Amino acid sequence: MSASLLTIEDLNVSFPGRSGITHAVRNASFTLGRERLGIVGESGSGKSTTGRALLGLVPRPGIVTAQTMTYAGRNLLACSEREWQELRGRRMSMVMQDPKYSLNPVQTVGHQISETCYLHLRTSREDARRRTIAMLEAVQIRDPELVSQLYPHQLSGGMGQRVMIAMMLIAEPDLLIADEPTSALDVTVQNEVLRILDALVRERGMGLIFISHNLTVVSSFCDRVLIMYGGRIVEECAARDLNNARHPYTRALVAATPSLDVPRAELATVVRDPAWLQ
Amino acid sequence: MTTDSRAIVVASPQRRRFAATLAQRIASFIITLAVTFVGLTAVTFFISRLTKIDPVLAVVGDKATKSAYDAAFRALGLDQPLYVQYLIYLRRLLSGDFGVSVLTSRPVLDDLLRVFPATFELSTIAIIIGVAIGVPAGVIAAARKGRWIDHVIRIVGLFGYSVPVFWLGLVGLFIFYGRLGWVAGTGRLDVFYIDVVTQRTGIILLDAALDGNWDVFTNAFSHLILPASLLGYFSLAYIARMTRSFMIDQLGHEYVTAARIKGNSFWRTVWRHAFPNILVPLITVIGLSYASLLEGAVLTETVFAWPGLGNYITHALFNSDMNAVLGGTVLVGAVFITINLICDLLYKLVDPRLRAR
Amino acid sequence: MTDTLSSWLTTDAPASRRQAVLGNLYRGGTAILRNPTALVGLIIVALLLLAAVFAPLLSTYSPIAQDLPNRLAPPSPAHWFGTDELGRDILARTLFGARVTLTIVALVSIVVAPIGLAVGTVAGYAGGWVDAVLMRITDVFLAFPRLVLALAFAAALGPGIENAVIAISLTAWPAYARIARSETLAIAQSDFIQAAVLQGASTWRILFRHIVPLCLSSVIVRLTLDMAGIILTAAGLGFLGLGAQPPTAEWGAMVSSGRDVILDQWWVATIPGLAIFIVSLGFNLLGDGLRDVFDPKSA
Repeated sequence: MSASLLTIEDLNVSFPGRSGITHAVRNASFTLGRERLGIVGESGSGKSTTGRALLGLVPRPGIVTAQTMTYAGRNLLACSEREWQELRGRRMSMVMQDPKYSLNPVQTVGHQISETCYLHLRTSREDARRRTIAMLEAVQIRDPELVSQLYPHQLSGGMGQRVMIAMMLIAEPDLLIADEPTSALDVTVQNEVLRILDALVRERGMGLIFISHNLTVVSSFCDRVLIMYGGRIVEECAARDLNNARHPYTRALVAATPSLDVPRAELATVVRDPAWLQ
Repeated sequence: MTTDSRAIVVASPQRRRFAATLAQRIASFIITLAVTFVGLTAVTFFISRLTKIDPVLAVVGDKATKSAYDAAFRALGLDQPLYVQYLIYLRRLLSGDFGVSVLTSRPVLDDLLRVFPATFELSTIAIIIGVAIGVPAGVIAAARKGRWIDHVIRIVGLFGYSVPVFWLGLVGLFIFYGRLGWVAGTGRLDVFYIDVVTQRTGIILLDAALDGNWDVFTNAFSHLILPASLLGYFSLAYIARMTRSFMIDQLGHEYVTAARIKGNSFWRTVWRHAFPNILVPLITVIGLSYASLLEGAVLTETVFAWPGLGNYITHALFNSDMNAVLGGTVLVGAVFITINLICDLLYKLVDPRLRAR
Repeated sequence: MTDTLSSWLTTDAPASRRQAVLGNLYRGGTAILRNPTALVGLIIVALLLLAAVFAPLLSTYSPIAQDLPNRLAPPSPAHWFGTDELGRDILARTLFGARVTLTIVALVSIVVAPIGLAVGTVAGYAGGWVDAVLMRITDVFLAFPRLVLALAFAAALGPGIENAVIAISLTAWPAYARIARSETLAIAQSDFIQAAVLQGASTWRILFRHIVPLCLSSVIVRLTLDMAGIILTAAGLGFLGLGAQPPTAEWGAMVSSGRDVILDQWWVATIPGLAIFIVSLGFNLLGDGLRDVFDPKSA
């Protein structure tokens, strides 16, 4: 395992609102090397907000504070907007959940992928086009020339997500944050997309943060797992050690996962203890 | 196992369905247009029958004998049942016969064609102002939602649809002409410039430019600028509000965040990613604004003694020239309706549900 | 004592229909009061009402009493807003003009809302060809230019408030039909409507007692927003001499009579115009606020 790409210490994200302040992320700390880290949690646990905070894209009026937030030696807390623009897409990137919404409806797919090239690599139009086609092939799309002329609504879910991956990896970032990348896809297509993601991340030796609510997928895909609940990280362990988790919430999650091998008459549910919010 | 890309392109049965719905919608539009025209002319016909002025007397004069009166009565078709009279009226309208103006003794249609360019000139300059200022204002207000620039733009817009146009025109004349002397007074040209340039289009700015007569051009411009700005203000208030609303909606979408993730700056994302997505509804909004400018011109022209369609109608109104009033109403109504319905159609045509698979 | 009252009003489980209705009114009311723009709008509208009702008490002069030696007098302690071309006190005329404005607004609302509701709910509930025909008719009227048509009407029927009201109502009602129809379409499939049908309720009963009350809030919001436009159109008609006739004080007509002297005696035209502007602004603010409270998704 190589040296840390990302170091986060005491990350706090809060949203002041009319009825008080909502703390979306509380005192989150973790590190990431060129490995795969999964962040698992239910809706409202703060996992997506953490991802956005890493890219400096927490929406107004959110406030982000941290003790340390360094990426590849750079202090993210001190970054100007211009420096953020240089980082985003080029050094760190994110694949979002639903390509139906995360792709621009009025631009062709090829143009959207090429744009990342224009923004960071200062390539000629010809060169960008070639890279786009190559990237589309890398995500296993046949007929990349044809597909690059299409609009997002003409693509199926799986293809759209692959386009998204192409768009976000074309400038060769070192860190990819995948925010629920397969949650909007059919189960059969999910595995395909995961396989492509797996191959690309491995080939390029990237760091990956995989955010999901699906514990099963995360545990099979990632090396380490963080469990978030109520804005806090309640557990951190290796993926294969999940069965020996210590926090009761994690244990409840693991227990609630249905298994074909062990059929049960009644599925377990998670009984929440308010103490976990402390 | 990858899906064959060709299979996911819009398949031909879907293309056919799209074409069918398109044809359906255009047919529906034409029917609505026809029905609305019938409705408009029915209303104007009805209004013409409401008037207390006897149309026969208008033709034969009040000294006519009874037989002359009866002959005229029959000639005007007034002995026919009402719906036949309406059909006669409709046929005359469609052949361009809008009646004769009592005031000018000329065919109303000729009068209308004579005065229309002035209104066209005024409305067109106004819509250009409206778009040039209103669209960027709306985009900026949406992008900077909640900050002071947003509040300023919203307030300026709010005043725009609360203030009576005729009053603002008067106040404008008082301040910019009366007190400051920055612009010329009422009318299209100073008296000594009238009929100096050759009438080619009826649009004085164009005619003066074509003639190379820059004195007339400047004079025309100084007369035009205040009323056009006034109407332009109303136009930009509406356009800015709608643009802001559309943009706020777009800026909440995921693809905007995705564009930022790629490394786009904030403003680049706003203008190159979000803005193109509102172009179609924006165009229909601009069309609707243009249609309503024609209406707003009625009061503006009265205040500025601008010899256009609106002034013609109000002038006819004061002189009980029913033919002229109704003729003008039909023309304004027809243009208004056509623009409205075209915008409606455009909007329905690019309904995203049509574009989705 | 007020604590128990407010908790009675805001309870989640109202015990009677009256408690539920009052509770809703209370909640809506407090929401409006908390919204600053709506509050300003409400104050302006309230002032309009007060001016209209108490006009005789608030003005020291009669709005129609002429005082020719004192004509076109500038604002002074004697005449706060000056006098017009016939020596009439402009303050008094402005206050009494509020009555005309209010009358027109009230009359148009009373005509337009019921017609719009009736057409819209019937169209939405009946569906089929009834819906198609009614909507065609609505579309036809929706596409008419309001002011010009009002002009034509007034030209034929002669000037006067009633004709102005008719003319404006003719082009205003379609919007409400559309709103009522879309609300009805949304509600018609609901379970509670189906339950009422199963209970044997007649169509009229369902429409009148179930559907219409639910459409009311959208209609009221739209009505308030439209009031500004109605006031402006009515003032425009007045400006052209088609509204209330002299010597009745009407703001649009007052602006018109001040037009000839605008350059030297600016107050004659400016004051009534300002009144139109402020009242229109008030209704716009109130309408915006109401919409934020009752219908945030359309904001």
